[in-house]
Amino acid sequence: MSAIIIKELTKKFGEFTAVDSVSFSVEPGELFGLLGPNGAGKTTILNMLTTLLLPTAGDAEIAGYDLRRDPGEVRNSIGIIFQDPSLDIGLTGRENLEFHAMMYNIGSDERKKRIREVLDVVGLADKADILVENYSGGMKRRLEIARGLIHYPKVLFLDEPTLGLDAQTRRSIWGHIRNLNRNYGTSVILTTHYMEEADYLCDRIAIIDHGKIIALDTPSGLKNCLRGDCVSLTIEGRVELIAAALGEKEWVKEIVPNGKTLDVILSDYGKNIPYIFQTAGNLGIGISSINFSKPSLEDVFLRLTGSIIREQEGSRQSARRDRMRRRMLR
Amino acid sequence: MIQGRVVYVLWRREIIKYFRARSRIAGAIGMPAFMLIFQGMGFRRVEFPGLPESIGYFQYLVPGIIGMTLLFTAAYAGMSVIMDKQFGFLKEVMVTPASRVSIVLGMISGSATTSIIQALIIMMMSVLLGFRLPYLPAILSSVVIMVLISMIFINIGLILSSVLKDFHGFSTVINFIAFPLFLLSGALFPVSNLPAPLRILSYFDPLTYGVDALRGVLIGHCEFSIVLDVCILLTLSVLMVCASSYFFQRAETI
Repeated sequence: MSAIIIKELTKKFGEFTAVDSVSFSVEPGELFGLLGPNGAGKTTILNMLTTLLLPTAGDAEIAGYDLRRDPGEVRNSIGIIFQDPSLDIGLTGRENLEFHAMMYNIGSDERKKRIREVLDVVGLADKADILVENYSGGMKRRLEIARGLIHYPKVLFLDEPTLGLDAQTRRSIWGHIRNLNRNYGTSVILTTHYMEEADYLCDRIAIIDHGKIIALDTPSGLKNCLRGDCVSLTIEGRVELIAAALGEKEWVKEIVPNGKTLDVILSDYGKNIPYIFQTAGNLGIGISSINFSKPSLEDVFLRLTGSIIREQEGSRQSARRDRMRRRMLR
Repeated sequence: MIQGRVVYVLWRREIIKYFRARSRIAGAIGMPAFMLIFQGMGFRRVEFPGLPESIGYFQYLVPGIIGMTLLFTAAYAGMSVIMDKQFGFLKEVMVTPASRVSIVLGMISGSATTSIIQALIIMMMSVLLGFRLPYLPAILSSVVIMVLISMIFINIGLILSSVLKDFHGFSTVINFIAFPLFLLSGALFPVSNLPAPLRILSYFDPLTYGVDALRGVLIGHCEFSIVLDVCILLTLSVLMVCASSYFFQRAETI
């Protein structure tokens, strides 16, 4: 049974189509990423899958329950970590966890055990009894992850889990997400507009733009759909000679001569670079330097959407909230 | 379907937060306390038609100010829903399996408790200023009436909060509604002294019956009858709970 099956899910806000007939499925225990720029429709998909928004059309099944017919059972099987903070800052970390667990009808002894457990998972055990308003951004995020885990959801949704966090905290959150995916076998769906996050974490990635899925594959599969690895050689001798010789190899996809340098697009550079030297040696041609690059997801995205991902920290709503918070503190 | 545990969680959360926010308690008590002191002491010796001589203005005023405390603190309960909406906590509550009715009931019970605590603080202050407290059974029945009054106005606040999104809008609208309700209710003077058009308007004000019932049990004087008052309050509060559950169910939470 798949963790999630989505069939032609569509959401329209008036005339605007935010999500346009999206279909995909997620296997149990899979770490699945929705990658796309802000406004691509990632959060709208998540809001529909977590029963906060009704789809305009299409169907979805989560942990075996139909989204439309059984929203209660769906809510019972999922956990979600929202893009914007959703903690009660007037309560302590432990109280946030405890109240959440009670909403899921978890008994008192079990609750205490699980709170201890998830606090250990995110490393907040010693900070559990201070008010959340005194937490740092990274601590809040970790507490939200702990809260998302406490009812052992079969499917966990993470909406931009590391948005606005520093590199170090981002790394540690990635570690937590990986661990919980491995240790609990939780299926995880995360949205992100960070390429390296999707690349590092996800088993499969759906690239989404303007409400549509434009590619869906493993990170390496996505990268392979580009032209492949690129090796740049600086040649001492006759460039056209080696270009012709390399052009005959079946692992070479493309050769771009450029003055003294030669860009060779090839598959599996690790295995084939020695052959390049061998060929050059046979021809008596020297190679004075070599440079290679693997295509990044960024390149994939550029190729598919024709634009670089739009960088934008935080949403309009969270900016408004920050303003309000400042006003209240004065 | 009502889930007791959900109601309890939301109630306890409200209570914990209430006792942590001392400034909120002081702020909410300030206005009724000033009214009690200055209006009560300043007009202590006035006499006017509709005010029985044996009672005196201060005795007459105290149930009115208790009603006012309930009105304002209860109506502002919607504010914490707006806060929860703005801070994202409401969304988190809405993705749990808790039924919507339980969520609404949890919010109502929490706010009703804090409103009544405020009202009881005002009652104790008035005793210090010379209010003659009735016997315990009368005080307990006044608490029942307080529950009904706060239910009505909490739900008005909740309905508003399901429609409005920001603080400023909410406090403007709630003041616009709460002040006329307060002034029309006869909290400060008998409604029978108002000119006919205003008096008729006051009969549409739920607080009129609330204040009248409070006077009935606390100082043994009322214009209508306690039974009538309680019937009206009970009907209204049941209707209001249904209405706010309905509004809450269809409200956009994100």
